[in-house]
Parts: sequence; C-alpha cells; structure tokens
Amino acid sequence: MHRILALILLIAGLPGVTHVADAALDVHEFQLDNGMKVLVQEDHRAPVAVSQVWYRVGASDEHSGITGISHLLEHMMFKGTEKYPAGRFSEIIAANGGQENAFTGQDYTAYYQFLGSDRLEIAFELEADRMRNLALPQEEFDKELEVVKEERLMRTDDAPESLTYERFNAVAFLNSPYHHPVVGWMEDLNTMEVGDLREWYQHFYSPNNATLVVVGDVEPKAIFALAKKYFGTLEPSLLAKPKPRLETAQHGERRIKVHAPSKLPYLLMGYHVPVLKTSKTEWEPYALDVLAGILDGGASARLTKDLVREQEVATAVGAGYRMTSRYSGLFLLEANPAQGHTVAEVEQALLAELKRLQTEQVSQEELQRVKAQVIAGDVFQLDSVRQLANQIGALETVGLGWELLDQYSAKIKAVTAEQVQAVAQKYFVEQHKSFAELVPQSVPAQQTEAKE
Amino acid sequence: MRTITRLLIFLMLVFSMGAEAGPQIQHWVTKNGLRVYLVAAPQLPMLDVRVTFAAGSARDGNYAGVANLTNAMLPQGAAGMSADEIASAFEDVGAQFGHGSLRDMAWLSLRSLSDPDFLQPALDTFAKVLWQPDFPERDFERLKNQTLVAIRAAEADPSSIAEKAFYRALYATHPYAKPSMGTRESVAKLTRQQLKDFYQQRYVAKNGLLAITGDIDRKTAEQLAEILSSGLQSGEQAPPLPPVKPLEKSQTIRIPFPSKQAHILLGQPAIERGNPDYYALYLGNHVLGGGGFTSRLVKEVRVARGYAYSVYSYFLPMEAPGPFMIGLQTRGSQVDDALGVVRETLTGFMDKGPDKAELAAAKKNITGGFPLRVASNRNIVEYLGLIGFYDLPLDYLDSFTQKIDDVSGRDIKRAFAQHLAPKKMITVIVGGEEAVQ
Repeated sequence: MHRILALILLIAGLPGVTHVADAALDVHEFQLDNGMKVLVQEDHRAPVAVSQVWYRVGASDEHSGITGISHLLEHMMFKGTEKYPAGRFSEIIAANGGQENAFTGQDYTAYYQFLGSDRLEIAFELEADRMRNLALPQEEFDKELEVVKEERLMRTDDAPESLTYERFNAVAFLNSPYHHPVVGWMEDLNTMEVGDLREWYQHFYSPNNATLVVVGDVEPKAIFALAKKYFGTLEPSLLAKPKPRLETAQHGERRIKVHAPSKLPYLLMGYHVPVLKTSKTEWEPYALDVLAGILDGGASARLTKDLVREQEVATAVGAGYRMTSRYSGLFLLEANPAQGHTVAEVEQALLAELKRLQTEQVSQEELQRVKAQVIAGDVFQLDSVRQLANQIGALETVGLGWELLDQYSAKIKAVTAEQVQAVAQKYFVEQHKSFAELVPQSVPAQQTEAKE
Repeated sequence: MRTITRLLIFLMLVFSMGAEAGPQIQHWVTKNGLRVYLVAAPQLPMLDVRVTFAAGSARDGNYAGVANLTNAMLPQGAAGMSADEIASAFEDVGAQFGHGSLRDMAWLSLRSLSDPDFLQPALDTFAKVLWQPDFPERDFERLKNQTLVAIRAAEADPSSIAEKAFYRALYATHPYAKPSMGTRESVAKLTRQQLKDFYQQRYVAKNGLLAITGDIDRKTAEQLAEILSSGLQSGEQAPPLPPVKPLEKSQTIRIPFPSKQAHILLGQPAIERGNPDYYALYLGNHVLGGGGFTSRLVKEVRVARGYAYSVYSYFLPMEAPGPFMIGLQTRGSQVDDALGVVRETLTGFMDKGPDKAELAAAKKNITGGFPLRVASNRNIVEYLGLIGFYDLPLDYLDSFTQKIDDVSGRDIKRAFAQHLAPKKMITVIVGGEEAVQ
C-alpha cells in the first residue's frame, strides 16, 4: 500500500510537464491553380514524412455491373505509365528507402509513400506522372484481376464474419451505394474489362479531384513549391457533381442468415443514422459518437462490462459508428455468443442495453470517461504521422475538412446526457433495424494426411 | 595520401551522423534486478511504459496455456479492485492499458498523457495490476471458457489450422510446438493455483525488463523504475530454453477444409535472436520475400502469374531458433502450380544468391528506410522491449544500417545454405476444397 502512495508523490513532482492544450494541429493549406489541394502538417521529431494523394472516388461512386472498379483501378495504378513501366514505381520508392501502398474505401482511394523527408521529390514526380498518364496494359490487367479475385476470396468468401458483414450491408442499404462491397461482387469482377477501368480513370483521376497530404519533417512553403512543380502542370478535368443517392425509408425490420463453415456463431445489427454530412442538426452525430463510446469505449464501457463480464452471455461484443462518411450510415452492434448462449439471447441483451439508453440518462462519470479518452486521443494521434495523415486526408476527401480534427474534442465535450438519450430514442427503432446471423456450418473432422 | 585522409574524415562524419540517427538508449538496473531501457522523447506530452517478462508459452511446462491465461487474468482483479474498477481507473483518465503473451514473452503496457492529473492514477493502477493480481475465481472461470471458445474457433479457421500444424511439425517435442493458447484438454484442467504459481515464479524483477519512452527525464525515470520494480519479487531469471532439433526429412501435411483458398506454409526452424548471421538472412530474405512488391516471391507468384494476393517469407528469430516461413493463399485448383513456383524461387535464390542490382536495391531500401522504423514513440518502446528481452547490444538500432551495408552477396548465399535446407522442409496445405464460381 505504501508503495502506491510513493508512486503518487513521485509523479506529482514531475518537473516541467508539457500541457495537453499544447498539442494542437497546425495544418497549412494551399491550392494549386488546377484545383488540387495541398495540406501540410509539420512534425519534426524524426527525419521522415508521409506523402499521400487522395482521390475523391471510391466504391460509393460505383453502380451495379462495375462494382469493385475503384479498388481494381487502385491495383492497376502500380502497373505503369509510358515513362515508368510496370513495377518501376515500387522499385524507385524502395531504392529511396520508402514504404508505399494504397487503399480504397467507400468514399476515397488513396496512395501513400512513407520515406525520408529529403526524398519527397521523387514521390511527387511519380504520383503526378500516374495521375494523368496511366498505361493500363491488357496483359497486366488480366493477371491483376486474378490477384483481386484471390484478395476477395481471402478477405470475404473464406472469412465467415466478413461474408456476414457484406451480406448484412446489402440488406441494410437498399439503394444507397453502401449496398455494394468495396472489393466488388465476384460476378462483376468476372465480367470486368480494361476498357471499363480506362473510362473510370479518365473520369476521376485529375488534380481537381485530388488532395495531397504531407505530414512530417518538412517546411510547408517548400512542399507547396514542390507540389506546384510536379502537380501544377497537370490539366484539370470537368467533374460531374455526384448525385445525393439518399437511402430510401425503411418500413420494417430486415433479418437474414448466412451459413458458412465456422464454429462460432456471430450476430450483427444496425440502425440507420445520419452522419455529419447528412445530419440536419450538427450535434446529433457527436451525440451518437459519445453513445458509441458509452457502449464500447474500452473495457470499462457498458457492453463488455455487462454482456461479457457480468451476464457472461457473449465472449466478444462491440458497437461502432463512423460519422465521417459521405452518405448516411449505420449504428452497428456485433457479438459472439458465449458457449451455452444463443444468438437470440445476445440480441435480447443488446436490445436491453439500447432500451436502457432510451429510458435512463447516462451518468456523468460515463460522460467524463468518454471525454477524457477524447482529450488523450488528441495527443496520442500525433505519435504516428501516418495515422494523422490518414485522418486529415479522409476528412478532406469526403468534404468535411481537416479542421474537424481540431474541433472534434470541443464538440464532444459539449454533448449532454439529454442529447445522448435523445438520439437513442430517435434512431434505435425496430422499423429501421437490420439483423444478420452467421449460422456455423459444421466443419468435418480434419483427417490429416502427411507424406514425406 | 591527402585523398585518403579526406576519405577517412568523410567516413568518420558519416559514421557519427549514423550514430546520431538512432534514438539514444539509456540503460540501468534497479536495486532488485529489473533492467530498464529509456529513450527520452519530450516532444509530445505523453508517456509509454512497457514491462516484459520471459513468461511466454515456452514456459508453460506441463500446463499448456498457463502463460497465456496468467497474462490475460492480470487486469481481471488486483489489490482488491475488480475488473470493472481497473478498466475504469485507466479509461477515466484516457489511458490505454495493454497486455499480451507470445511463445517467448509476456508483457503489460501503458500509454498515458504525461500531465500528472492523468498520469498519476494511470500509473497507480498499472502498479497494482503488475504487483498484486488477485486471479478472482469467477473471472478465472469466465476467461477459461473464453479461451476454450477461442480454441474451438481456431479449429474452424484454415489459417489458424495451418499455423498450428506448422509449429507442431517444426518443433515436435520442443515447447514451441504447442499453440500459445494451449489445447482444449490442457486449458480445461488449468487451476487458479497454477496461474498464481506461474505469476510468482515468472513475473519477477530478474526475469523482466522495463521500457520507457516519452516525456520524462532520466532522474524521474530512475525513480519511476525503482518504484515500479519495488513491488515485484526479485526472483530468478528463467533458465535457457532447450535446443531445437533440426528436421531430419521433408514432409507435406494436407488438411482438408471447406474453403475456396488453400492456406500454405513452408519452412523449418532457423535462427535464434542474436545470431550473427541475422543481418545476412534478413537482407537476403528482403530480396526473396520480405521486401513487398520488389521481392522475388511477389514478382513470381503474384505479379507474373496472378496466383495469390498475399505471398511473403520471413525469419522469426526467437530465444531458441525460431522459424523461417513462406506463406501464401491461393484457390485450391492452383495449389500445385503455385507451390512449384515458390519452391523454384527459393532454390533458385539459394543456388545463386541475390544478383548485384537486387542486393544494392535491398540495402538502399533497408538502410534508407531505417528512420521510418523508429519514427514514433510506439515504435521505440517496442524496440526497447525487444532489445532488452533478447539482450541485444544497446547500439543495436545505431549499428543496424551499417551491419546491413556490410553484408555481401556471398555472405547471404553462405548464411542461407548454412541455416536452410530446402530438402528438409515442412509444407502445410489447409483447405481449398470448394470450387470458385
């Protein structure tokens, strides 16, 4: 006991600690004449930088028949231009000590290089080149299409919980573009042609549809000059304004089952909710975010505390809400029932948690906990230049602006217990619910065959 | 003559620049024997602390799964606080508590703001969890059941099935053969007393180390280390692990599973941490299958033939010789073709070694990219844990790029020939029975 006291005394005497308020973002913003935006955040702790090009195109721009095209195009972006043939991009970045890759989401496609901060020029040159001059050779396309099918098999078809999530989205979203998976339906991949990609590329890959994000040991003005040199000469293109593609109203609960080889049952449920871009009131998404923290913001939050530790009906449970998507989304709940407990029991336990949020206000202690986590998270996010760049780029690309990162904790702090209760009452209604159950298909006993 | 002098000065400059490039590691030992590794990083108002013990599943002895469950139980009750109270105590101040165990090691970690209002309560709770875990009966039963569920779930996951079979085939009677979670039978029999005994024996100062990174100075870190270690028994360092027997013959193990892709692993036991050939093997493997898009396996299997999305190889040096492993997933109908390409790529590489251009490119990537690996506090505290645990030299990070630069193509060929025998490898193939539409 006395040891713990000693510890407290020691830390109280910590000299010269920096205060939390010092950890603010300072993003420098420029725009090139062709419409490309450049965002720079300095971090001089290490001689490194991350450079990312974000395109305002993703799976939610696609329609039936060509689903997965944004992701497939992302793969093909590594297959060469006239100046740098297939594979050269990666070789050059590797020879400069860099790491690189790309990712595609519902609302964006992004390419990044993580490298020494004195090597940014080569990254800019290569990215600018492939923004307008992609070759898209037929023979590379044929092989890469097979690679993407393998990716789909690995991530979705052979992964029972991912498969359940894919099928769940396809019923929860009737006409919203989020109905389709990012990787695309296998049926659409089977009929994809390189010409489809060429059109997609020409339509969306232009400087006025892109944002350059640089975070690291750099000087903003120098980055701007370098960006101007390489990206500034590219021609902008005429972009059509995306249609709103609003999800149609739901008139009753939707329930599905997915049978797949597994030993663990799993359930997923969701309710339609607004996001920052679509909400009529600004506070509602923040209240939903706090609510997600009350349910699942760590091991002390309600779901783990009640369902896993106290009632012991689930072995794992989670809640999720992302308020930064381009279109309206879902408030999600998921769980694996504990042994001896059914999916139905866990569903009832989750519904009871939602009911409690509707009938009782959350405690001040719980609100304070969520807010403390946000305050700490503001500092922790600065430890990784890559994660920080990811957040800046995603916010900018969906049209919310990076400033949101700076305002986030103040908005969260302003959320009240009444507001949390209000969003629970408004959105957790059975008519707007979708539900999916993964039904384990028995896996035959493994008969191992070994030969020398 | 003058040219040479100038060159020497140039080289010295380069070296001293290199020496300043890595984080400055400070090291000392507390009174009761806990080794401490510190990198002061005052730029951000936060602190990372990580305590690591030689308490992984290789120390399970007759009770497979005891190391994993002991570690999992630490935050479930300590010094009279319940799991709820512990979780709240961390999260009320925004702190992130972490813990985990592998075959060699087990650890507890804390990330907190360095502002005393946040840090004090977080460290206070961390110390309780570290010093006085209670192993409460009800939580023990719950975690035991959860572990049994996880073991059953792994039995229906082709990649877990493959990994389990791979380690079993590589390590036979060595402690590394068993999965860290234990087996259904062994976990069902575990008792609280066995966990308490394991904790008493392994979570002791002389069997562990403390890594600290963040907004703290040396003097304060010394006090912090002294206090954190004072609640631990001094104890004894764990004895060395038994040696690993090399494989005597090659073997292919096929396990049916109703998946569309087959999960394939190839490999054998290779090297222990601290082996001087590590740099040659690491660099060589970068060319073979560790260097992403520019590596031979990715070029041959993925880029040239479209057989797989993911294909890789690595050496995992551990306390006893850890595995060399090649892994890939491909649809069932392509298994033989893909395996043929993998085997050809491996033997081709071992016969001739990397060509000059590949070697130069790999060196440039690894040495030029070194600062990326130590760019965040999280990277640094994890490296400190590794350096401390495997007793690597304090200049491990500083000398890394030089050691890589010193490796020749011939070194790589020799090291691969010495540590790998493609004719005595294990191949595990799981699943791939379902047709792809």
